[in-house]
Amino acid sequence: MIDVFFQYDFLRYSFYTSLMIGILAPLVGVFIVVRRLALLADTLSHITLTGIAFSMMMARYYPAFAAINPVYTGMGFAVAGSLMIEQLRKSYAYYKELAIPVILSAGIGIGVVFISLADGFTTDLFNYLFGSVAAVSRNDFTAVAVLTAVVSLLLLLFYKELFFLSFDEEQAVLSGIPARALHLMFIVITAVVIGISMQIVGILLVSALMTLPVAAAMRIAASFKQLFLFAVLFGELSVIAGMTAAFYADAAPGGMIVVINLLILGAVLSADRFLKRKEKPVWTSS
Amino acid sequence: MSADREAVLELQGVQFGYSSRPVLEDIQLSVAPGSFLGLVGPNGSGKSTLMKLLLGLLEADEGTIKLFGTPVQSFRDWNRIGFVSQKAGSFNSGFPATVFEVVSMGLYGKIGLFRFMKKKHKNRVMEALRLVGLEEYSGRQIGMLSGGQQQRVFIARALVSEPELLILDEPTVGVDADSVRNFYELLKELNRNKGITLLLVTHDIGAMSDYVTDVACLNKCLHFHGATGEFISNKDEMMRAMYGHDVSVIEHNHDHGHHDHHHDHDRSEAVK
Ligand SMILES: Nc1ncnc2c1ncn2[C@@H]1O[C@H](COP(=O)(O)OP(=O)(O)OP(=O)(O)O)[C@@H](O)[C@H]1O
Ligand SMILES: [Mg+2]
Repeated sequence: MIDVFFQYDFLRYSFYTSLMIGILAPLVGVFIVVRRLALLADTLSHITLTGIAFSMMMARYYPAFAAINPVYTGMGFAVAGSLMIEQLRKSYAYYKELAIPVILSAGIGIGVVFISLADGFTTDLFNYLFGSVAAVSRNDFTAVAVLTAVVSLLLLLFYKELFFLSFDEEQAVLSGIPARALHLMFIVITAVVIGISMQIVGILLVSALMTLPVAAAMRIAASFKQLFLFAVLFGELSVIAGMTAAFYADAAPGGMIVVINLLILGAVLSADRFLKRKEKPVWTSS
Repeated sequence: MSADREAVLELQGVQFGYSSRPVLEDIQLSVAPGSFLGLVGPNGSGKSTLMKLLLGLLEADEGTIKLFGTPVQSFRDWNRIGFVSQKAGSFNSGFPATVFEVVSMGLYGKIGLFRFMKKKHKNRVMEALRLVGLEEYSGRQIGMLSGGQQQRVFIARALVSEPELLILDEPTVGVDADSVRNFYELLKELNRNKGITLLLVTHDIGAMSDYVTDVACLNKCLHFHGATGEFISNKDEMMRAMYGHDVSVIEHNHDHGHHDHHHDHDRSEAVK
């Protein structure tokens, strides 16, 4: 069934890309979930949309702009947005969460203006919102592969520091871990992963691919390392099954991938309940 | 104190306030290597604030703080100091990390950036767990341990980098009386056998004074600082100065709700 993806170039590169986001999104997602940053991921994906809308608007008035893949403009916006969030978090030291709704609404509001000034809702825009099985060209794929390698390497290199910061920020800082720099690096990574994933799953569902596999993995992982293992396993499973289903049903892959993730989550939850694992602490029921 | 070895900790004229209102005033304190100092004081007396100053998390408005002879501003050897925060137990108990993984964190600063855990580090972690008697719990999720066991895990995390000074901010809150005794025994052992200098912040004056070598009483100012024996013989007077109330109110203050009033009272009688 999967072999159809290898018959056509345009499908093949999308498929490879989805294999990569099946790893990347859950990897980043683990830290997003344990640091309670799920809303940050959502906010950044909406800002990515703002960037894409900006790119489309510019392309309409300045055709030269069309040469730039809107995804990169989107990533640029998301990185800039993440820096603004950090700045706002500093300004509202006691209401840090306020930064999220401010940037979220700014992103959507400005994005809607850009969309109206461009052509309104086009197929392209629809694809960015919900994802597409055929979004990735060969050139894009090269960029995706490089970014995947860089992001994975950074996460591996700073695994222990990110882990410590997620568990106990005060102690982590005490032991000399550069918390601010790492936090900044992490949200830039998040912005990049959102940009990559968005082409396949769509902006509206990017954060689902980051959080749902982790949510399922949480129920069965016995350690932090296992959490990564299971999250990536579920992520890959959902991406492969979702892409295949989307192709045959001619549906948007984002929706299919999320549906598969929900099935996995449902299966894990009911298995968990069925087995009534004594080893699990009280928190699982809350 | 005319210590021929340099003081582990040295505070001179330290003053601090979060706003213009001072929380700590003119603190002089010197901790000799190998001592076991109990720091007591009522709620809000500035104990945790003082710990944060020592650790460089806050900066003193006035005075000097020296760690191992180096001013705290320029101190970089944080591996020589282990710290168990008052908030250590308030992590998200659903956090999917094992006891082993949590204790490993204590080595991350020492291992440094761009480096990974090696076999010898793993052995160190197991050794620290053995020291606190939690060897067989290494693969358990941290949230599944009891409060007292979790406290031990955090001690192990503080110990794993082999610090010379261990600072504990109210480590026995929420731990049952039996475990508290065991816990103090463990601290005593670390102090005696491993030669680790200990600074213990606590409310539990009764139990503590059986174990510590020195006592310091804090309530904005330092009301007493000296050997435990001296503290015990002047206890009532000290209490009055520190709390500004008579002793019966103090007994009430120490009642954490776990053990009953009588029990607490009996114990402090016994100490006298
Ligand atoms: N972050 C803060 N901002 C402003 N004031 C603070 C802050 N932390 C503590 N304080 C104030 O400083 C004083 C000392 O607080 P601190 O936490 O040091 O007391 P403590 O002796 O540790 O008390 P406890 O026994 O309850 O732990 C208190 O009056 C408290 O209200
Ligand atoms: Mg305190």
